Amino acid sequence: MAKEVLIEFQNITKAFGSLVANNGISMDVLRGEILSVLGENGCGKTTLMNMLAGIYYPDSGRILIRGKETAIRSPKDAFDQKIGMIHQHFKLIPVFSAAENVVLGVNNGSGYNLKNAKKTIGEMCDRYGFHIDPDKKIYEMSVSEKQTVEIIKVLYRGADILILDEPTAVLTPQEIEKLFAVLRAMRDDGKSIIIITHKLNEVMEISDRVAVLRKGQHIATVETGKTNVQQLTEMMVGKKITLNIDREQVKDTADRLQIVDLNCTNAEGVKVLDHVSFTAKSGEILGIAGIAGSGQKELLEAIAGLQKLDSGSIIFNRPKKNLPVSFFHKTMGQVIALAAQGKFHYEDGTPVDFTGKSKKEIRALVNDGKILFNEDEVMSLRDKTPLQIRELGVRLSFVPEDRLGMGLVGSMDIIDNMMLRSYRKGKSILLNRKRPETLANEVVKGLEVVTPDLHTPVRKLSGGNVQKVLVGREISSAPKVLMAAYPVRGLDINSSYLIYNLLSKQKKDGAAVIFVGEDLDVLLGLCDRILVMNAGRVTGIVDARSVTKEEIGFLMTKTDK
Amino acid sequence: MEQKNGPASMPKQHQGLPFHIIKRVNIPIWKKILVYAIAIAGGLLLSGLICAAFSDESPLYFFTCLFKGAFGTERKIWLLLLDAALLLGVSMALIPAFKMKFWNLGGNGQILIACLCSYSLSFFLGGKIPEWLLLLLMFAASLVSGIIWALIPALFKAFFNTNETLFTLMMNYIATGIVLYCRASWISSGSAQFPTLTNGILPKIYNNMLPTVVVFVLLTLVMFVYLKYSKHGYEISVVGESVNTAKYIGINVKKVIIRTMILSGAIAGLVGFFLIARTGPGLSGDTTNNMGFTAIMTSWLASFNPLLMFLSCFFISFITRGMSQVQQGFHLTSNSIVSIVVGLIYFCVIACSFFINYRIVFRKKEGK
Repeated sequence: MAKEVLIEFQNITKAFGSLVANNGISMDVLRGEILSVLGENGCGKTTLMNMLAGIYYPDSGRILIRGKETAIRSPKDAFDQKIGMIHQHFKLIPVFSAAENVVLGVNNGSGYNLKNAKKTIGEMCDRYGFHIDPDKKIYEMSVSEKQTVEIIKVLYRGADILILDEPTAVLTPQEIEKLFAVLRAMRDDGKSIIIITHKLNEVMEISDRVAVLRKGQHIATVETGKTNVQQLTEMMVGKKITLNIDREQVKDTADRLQIVDLNCTNAEGVKVLDHVSFTAKSGEILGIAGIAGSGQKELLEAIAGLQKLDSGSIIFNRPKKNLPVSFFHKTMGQVIALAAQGKFHYEDGTPVDFTGKSKKEIRALVNDGKILFNEDEVMSLRDKTPLQIRELGVRLSFVPEDRLGMGLVGSMDIIDNMMLRSYRKGKSILLNRKRPETLANEVVKGLEVVTPDLHTPVRKLSGGNVQKVLVGREISSAPKVLMAAYPVRGLDINSSYLIYNLLSKQKKDGAAVIFVGEDLDVLLGLCDRILVMNAGRVTGIVDARSVTKEEIGFLMTKTDK
Repeated sequence: MEQKNGPASMPKQHQGLPFHIIKRVNIPIWKKILVYAIAIAGGLLLSGLICAAFSDESPLYFFTCLFKGAFGTERKIWLLLLDAALLLGVSMALIPAFKMKFWNLGGNGQILIACLCSYSLSFFLGGKIPEWLLLLLMFAASLVSGIIWALIPALFKAFFNTNETLFTLMMNYIATGIVLYCRASWISSGSAQFPTLTNGILPKIYNNMLPTVVVFVLLTLVMFVYLKYSKHGYEISVVGESVNTAKYIGINVKKVIIRTMILSGAIAGLVGFFLIARTGPGLSGDTTNNMGFTAIMTSWLASFNPLLMFLSCFFISFITRGMSQVQQGFHLTSNSIVSIVVGLIYFCVIACSFFINYRIVFRKKEGK
């Protein structure tokens, strides 16, 4: 069935500085199809579509719409051509209702008529299967509802070419299903839909054709039915790669971190953590799933000592029973105090008594490994600052969500960023950059960080390389607890898998890994257990090997206790 | 920056114009220096033309005067060095704070209050105690008062997150007010000037300017090392770049703010001490010669690098000194001409950063 060609890109080029975002792209969009534009981050998908939406103007090349060469200089020009784009970050006015947002800026001669608009919105909802209350204010809406308003907004303006930029990034599996149903209904109604995405499974599910971009170039447009995930990946990445996460069976686990009944209220008085309890075990990856903003960030920050809590406790267990005492974690004073409390025994089981012994003798005993702990060490991390936690000898690493805003300093080079955790070492008032430089070299080599040299400000590196620097630093201390929040967000496939395997390696080395993720497929493939959060509450802790995506999706939106 | 090519940050495309503007990724250092040199030369040329327009003299004479005013005699050269050194001192007081993104606009007030404290010691104790003791007390009082003046906004910033820009600015007016009050209550003759005193003068070494110059040049070198190679300097940079990162790695942000502002205030106090004790105490409301604000400019021009500040402070002092000669030579009665010229040159230097960050590409010869 030959469909009419609606849009034709001819040799489109667009550069930002020395970065060529689109390089001679020629492709087309048909009437009544769902076209996926697939590619890794930074391959030029959004740039290309922004030229269709009137946000950028091509440096060279032509765009033909309905067979005629058209210059789209502004979003208004785009609407005149019946093109509407739904951006990744919604452009809605929070204090206005859905209907008010929809009619805003429309001048169709009939003036501002909210009543008619609501009627039209109602008709559209019936036609495509939306559900929206036109009087509901935007700030009261969920992400999915806001997206619906955005779609109605462009339909109301008469668009029959819809561009959606990463529409599923913030939706739950159930919401994605609903969205896809709507998109299919619109396609069957003769509209053309372009979806910008890098998620392969969604491409396979929804689209009729797939256009693959790589490094600013159009690789191919293929019919979805005639391709498969492996082939698309190869087109996208440019080489054969294996998409496997090695998930080993959990062994020798011990309770490492016990979180009991955490409660936390943010500055706006909203309860962000609501009776959260769980245990993270050594040698396993605990995944945390949930819609963005369900309390994941606060939870990790609370453990890292960055969040004030209303109540609850955070207990760190250091397995020490029958292991020798060392001066690595303890000072002489602490050793003497603990011995006085009867916390140690000798190898033969007799209790340790230091009375009458000189410090020199004690030092010799400890250094020879003759003094053993009676019990595991248990320490509370609650209300401790990150520095105090480290001074307790707890090796807790944290890869925060906001890499350049929290984990790294953008204007500093790789060496200085390596130093963030360790610069205090030594008594000198001056910095010692030798060790951080060695570490930087190891990380750059080991994780294949692409950088001109070690003195490049990390801000100038690409997202994947920034993340490698951060993760590299955090795992360099051989952490006992490793927390990572959205560590692959914005990363290409290769870098993502590198990060997954680094996390798996940490698990194998006995760390308790806590992984906050958004891609459910990855959570299911990487983790051992998955904790699901909704609105600050733990709605379930499930076994990742046996649970289904739908079950997690259900837990993500579960509201009753 | 490259990753943030959002719609808002992109230069607008005008289809009608024969060129468009592109962000530079890298610029070679020689090109950068060339752009600045052209900007400064352009600014000077423009200033020469303006001065010539207001008098009968030729624009060339402008440059003769400018250089004569700055380098004409040995004494003029020394005065130039002294000005530059004092300005350097004030800049050193500001940059630790600026590196921390604590916008300390209170340099003037911190210096002035230090001047007042050391002056008052000479005023009340001069002749009654040994000279060395007096100088020692003046030194200590200057530092302590400078620190107090800087510490007040720092404490408010650290504990209540108040806006330091307005706070430090207001502290300037309070300092001026206190000076005026002291004048009214101490000087019974009703004179508008504090009397020049003869006690509490630093000993001469070669002349009475060399010690000041040496002290502030050394201070600048120390500051360079402090900011770049010390743990404190590292913490300042981290706090300045991102408070969240600082908290994340366990830096006590409050402590860093307070510690840095103590340093900042102490250096401002040191400048105040030298202003008073170099030639013999004399004091007025404008003893600081507005250096607290001029130093903001020199710090920015040098992008907070202490070594580059040698250049920026020397350059600004050169213009200011030279311009007073131009003013005489061109028979310009208004003082504002100095401000106009300095302003023009600032403007050119700031405007030229456009060419450092962007380049213009004409449509015909498209890149690759």
